[in-house]
Amino acid sequence: MNTFSIATAEKNVLAVEQSPGYWSGVFRRFSEDRIALFAGFVVLILVVLALFGPWLVPADPYQSSMLKRLKPIGTEGFPLGTDELGRDMLSRLMIGARLSLFMGITPVLFAFAIGATLGIIAGHAGGWINSIIMRTIDVFYAFPSVLLAIALSGALGAGIGNALLSLTLVFVPPICRVAESVTSQIRGRDFVEAARASGANAFAIIRVHVLGNVLGPIFVYSTSLIAVSMILASGLSFLGLGVKPPEPEWGLMLNTLRTAIYTQPWVAALPGLMIFITSMSFNMLSDGLRSAMDVKQ
Amino acid sequence: MNAPILEVKHLTKHFPLKNALGAKTGQVRAVDDVSFALQKGETLGIVGESGCGKSTTARLLMQLIAPTAGDVLFEGKAVGSSELPLKEFHRQVQMVFQDSYSSLNPRLTVETSIAFGPQMHGVSARDAVVRARDLLDRVGLDPKRFAGRYPHELSGGQRQRVNIARALAVQPRIVILDEAVSALDKSVEAQVLNLLLDLKDAFDLTYLFISHDLNVVRYISDRVMVMYLGQVAELGETESIFATPLHPYSQALLASMPSMDPDHRTEAPPIAGDPPNPINPPSGCRFHTRCKFAQAACSVNAQPLLAYKANQHYVACEFFAANAHLSIASTEKAAAELTEVHA
Repeated sequence: MNTFSIATAEKNVLAVEQSPGYWSGVFRRFSEDRIALFAGFVVLILVVLALFGPWLVPADPYQSSMLKRLKPIGTEGFPLGTDELGRDMLSRLMIGARLSLFMGITPVLFAFAIGATLGIIAGHAGGWINSIIMRTIDVFYAFPSVLLAIALSGALGAGIGNALLSLTLVFVPPICRVAESVTSQIRGRDFVEAARASGANAFAIIRVHVLGNVLGPIFVYSTSLIAVSMILASGLSFLGLGVKPPEPEWGLMLNTLRTAIYTQPWVAALPGLMIFITSMSFNMLSDGLRSAMDVKQ
Repeated sequence: MNAPILEVKHLTKHFPLKNALGAKTGQVRAVDDVSFALQKGETLGIVGESGCGKSTTARLLMQLIAPTAGDVLFEGKAVGSSELPLKEFHRQVQMVFQDSYSSLNPRLTVETSIAFGPQMHGVSARDAVVRARDLLDRVGLDPKRFAGRYPHELSGGQRQRVNIARALAVQPRIVILDEAVSALDKSVEAQVLNLLLDLKDAFDLTYLFISHDLNVVRYISDRVMVMYLGQVAELGETESIFATPLHPYSQALLASMPSMDPDHRTEAPPIAGDPPNPINPPSGCRFHTRCKFAQAACSVNAQPLLAYKANQHYVACEFFAANAHLSIASTEKAAAELTEVHA
């Protein structure tokens, strides 16, 4: 049998030039992308609002006043006006970041865990396992996502927990689809063949060779769904299927303020503006992440 | 002759063609009843045009796809049987792919890629890394500089050296080189070929060298197998095949080599048309649609491999002796003792 000279190899163990890794390259490219950095900054502010909102608000977001209803933007003491019950809009918008972000991120996280697992298994196994998983997922695809979310929430009943569950189910199919397609692409690459040819089992191949190459793209795709999730959650709240009053949540605020659209259009549009800014920021952030992770040769 | 290290018997791969409903509508006969033996320590070259089944044969041998029929025996033991589990076979036989970039994981450093194989066979992580660095040294890459690098930081030739090291890391006895040098430019190709020859001596290897480049095959191979449309057309010692090709297809293939002599330019194309579709290959001898010596019997009789020159040279054409008179003069002496064999 062949003998490998351990003596020379031991010498080599001493010092090896370590190349800057893949992630440091991603970080460098991302930090050069001004739009993505700006979007990241906005998201950071929103996260801070969500985490520390109760300590930052200028007024009590639940304190209503019949005398101060629907004040315009710029009113003394209410920089962003008041809503239909006279509550401070600025405080409610700040506190609203909490529930809106929660409703945006949590279903996507759950769906990422479920969808990525299913998709990677389907993509790597191929054959009938792939058929069973993907055809089942296709059934969910038959419904438009908004309708599916409304139907599931309606059937399960109103409430945050049920809204989260229905949104999770809505996002599993698209994430699973993406996971399946990137995994089956990787599976066709020669290095996976070579790993199989070296006698490795499927588990080791997925752990060492597949995950590192597919988790990034799946994660980036998932972050782009956070915006969709927020909008769907707002829609559910708007229909009375998600968050219940008097909790401040942007979708719900949009709903209750719609009656004031003719008297105070600017105040009534503010929750929508917040949803827009947040979803745009998440979209641009995931866009920036995607191009930073895209290694072109 | 000693017992062969690897024996291939009637290896067949038909890829089914299915319509939208999954009903079978036909099959691609990628590899059809291929038999040959690989002797310990030799280099067997496989040549043939695109789509003749060279790479499918390699992938079948590597057990990366399941054969439709046929057996692969390693030292007389059937691969995948209880005597020789697949995992043990994969420790003995390794493969180097054509695309040096696609065959390395872009997220792993070079040494991690090389160390992966041995770890799958119970070598500790530390020993595997030691072995990886030693192998990098053996393939001409300074471990200090290259061990921690990523594939995209290397040139094509360096990457293919890493792939060779990766294949050698499990200490195999046979290495299948599937167009392993075809994607490299000529000067690098020569360096890698010489590296392969050095490693063969150093590690006592047996090579199966697949290429479409006749010059390269001639340089590195002890024996050559010519494939046409999923079947073996001719098999023999390299010099015997290059000096006296017996099969009309081999003759055409060799005549297509660019001439190095400006006074003898290759002008007329030695062979016309594209290979027939392997979905419905021609009846009888598969080459008869393009063969300039084709006779009526050729479209009826499938051609078995005939042994010639005391079993050193095989050809799948029963008329090769007669054709020799019509063909180049060097094959005239080929009409010697003929015995039909069942390879």
